[in-house]
Amino acid sequence: MDINDLRSIATVGSFIVFVSILIWTWNKRNSRSFKEAANLPFVEDAKPVRQKKIIAKKGKRK
Amino acid sequence: MNAKANLSTIYDDGVIRQFSIMAVVWGVVGMLVGVVIAAQLVWPELNLGLPWTSFGRLRPLHTNAVIFAFGGSALFASSYYVVQRTCQTRLFAGKLASFTFWGWQAVILAAAISLPLGFTQAKEYAELEWPIDILIAIVWVSYAIVFFGTIAQRKIKHIYVANWFYGAFIITVALLHIVNSAAIPAGFMKSYSAYAGVQDAMVQWWYGHNAVGFFLTAGFLGMMYYFVPKQAERPVYSYSLSIVHFWALIFTYMWAGPHHLHYTALPDWVSSLGMVFSLILFAPSWGGMINGIMTLSGAWHKLRTDPILRFLIVSLSFYGMSTFEGPMMSIKTVNALSHYTDWTVGHVHSGALGWVGLVSMGTLYFLVPRLFGQKQMYSMKAIELHFWMATVGIVLYITALWISGVMEGLMWRAINPDGTLAYTFIESVKAKHPYYIIRLLGGLLYLSGMLVMLWNVIKTARNGKAVNILVPAVKAH
Repeated sequence: MDINDLRSIATVGSFIVFVSILIWTWNKRNSRSFKEAANLPFVEDAKPVRQKKIIAKKGKRK
Repeated sequence: MNAKANLSTIYDDGVIRQFSIMAVVWGVVGMLVGVVIAAQLVWPELNLGLPWTSFGRLRPLHTNAVIFAFGGSALFASSYYVVQRTCQTRLFAGKLASFTFWGWQAVILAAAISLPLGFTQAKEYAELEWPIDILIAIVWVSYAIVFFGTIAQRKIKHIYVANWFYGAFIITVALLHIVNSAAIPAGFMKSYSAYAGVQDAMVQWWYGHNAVGFFLTAGFLGMMYYFVPKQAERPVYSYSLSIVHFWALIFTYMWAGPHHLHYTALPDWVSSLGMVFSLILFAPSWGGMINGIMTLSGAWHKLRTDPILRFLIVSLSFYGMSTFEGPMMSIKTVNALSHYTDWTVGHVHSGALGWVGLVSMGTLYFLVPRLFGQKQMYSMKAIELHFWMATVGIVLYITALWISGVMEGLMWRAINPDGTLAYTFIESVKAKHPYYIIRLLGGLLYLSGMLVMLWNVIKTARNGKAVNILVPAVKAH
């Protein structure tokens, strides 16, 4: 096996990894944890009232 | 706010205050040098006939000051802020974080002295000589330890997307800097590149384009993914899109460098490959832009009343514009017209002034009052004024250089029926003169806006005082 085989494997491997990431990301099962993650910037406000308000707002948009 | 509170429960904001203030100071300095060299292009006598103030030495001083001093300080400040807030923990190794501040300022100072003296490796955006390069590498590795150390001790399971962008920026810049700066020293402040010929050129533009992709894009996208939602008070439009957009950028950017070397000694297939990947880059770039702008969906009215949000959102519009223009300019036939002309300079500035500049300013306007215990900046009117000065300045700047660039490219390629060149080179230089005056005006306006910001920041800091902010006791989940 010469270096060009390794190069091809690395390129094709990267592509497969990328497609797997796409499939994983758009998988419906992850959507709840993504919603939680998207609200991380607001966790540090640590005011429960504010938290509720944001979630309520978000609900309305959907 | 409790002075007796245990240190470990207080955010490490001192280093963020230092970096935020210096970002504004270096912004003024770097943009001032930019205005000086823009004036030199209009009136060449302004180089004063001295080697230290000649265009060739001041130009790298300008680029290093705005990219690494202004942009770099804003990235250090915002990444330290975001990583602590989204991980709910203090910075890892606070002393090392403090070292990154003083080390980075030492690098900037060394650049400001060595570049006008004429010490250079002659690699664009990597001009600094080897002793300074070693200091950069040490500071950067320390930065990585602080950042990833903080992530390792996080109290929240998920690593927020902004940290992914900052993390990619830190790792990639370390890789780029160390590979491209590899050189054989030939005395103090003199070295020769470890690479030769076209390989050297390719390594340089692999570095150069990824400096755009990771220093000037990924890092600032990290900023965007935290501060746009914060200022808009709503979560990012699509978290899934942010993940896909992140990985698409990571897998694509590394290949795009050869578009800087079209029609050179570089093999044709490498240049075509670079062009194809540059075209692909359009998709993830716009994915990021749409994700940022659509965060405002349903709350567009905020743009009318909130000048900080306007800085952030207009920066995204410029990001979208320059990431459309970039892939277009990477197409070989377009590049045959645009390369070596002012169009390239205009393109860089629509990204630098429009995207990097405005998003940093919006972020600093968000950070400064919070870091000094104030509700908002000293003057909101001044932010409004700054926004318009900056925006009008950018528009003047880039339209002037579009026109002069396309004109110059067309003049160079115009031929008479007998095959001789229709214009001499000096005719194309003369034709650009009026546009250089407009560019100078645009730059002057942008710099003036930055001075308004400096005044506003000093007033805000003077009115407030450094405050200790407690890490909220949130249950790990």
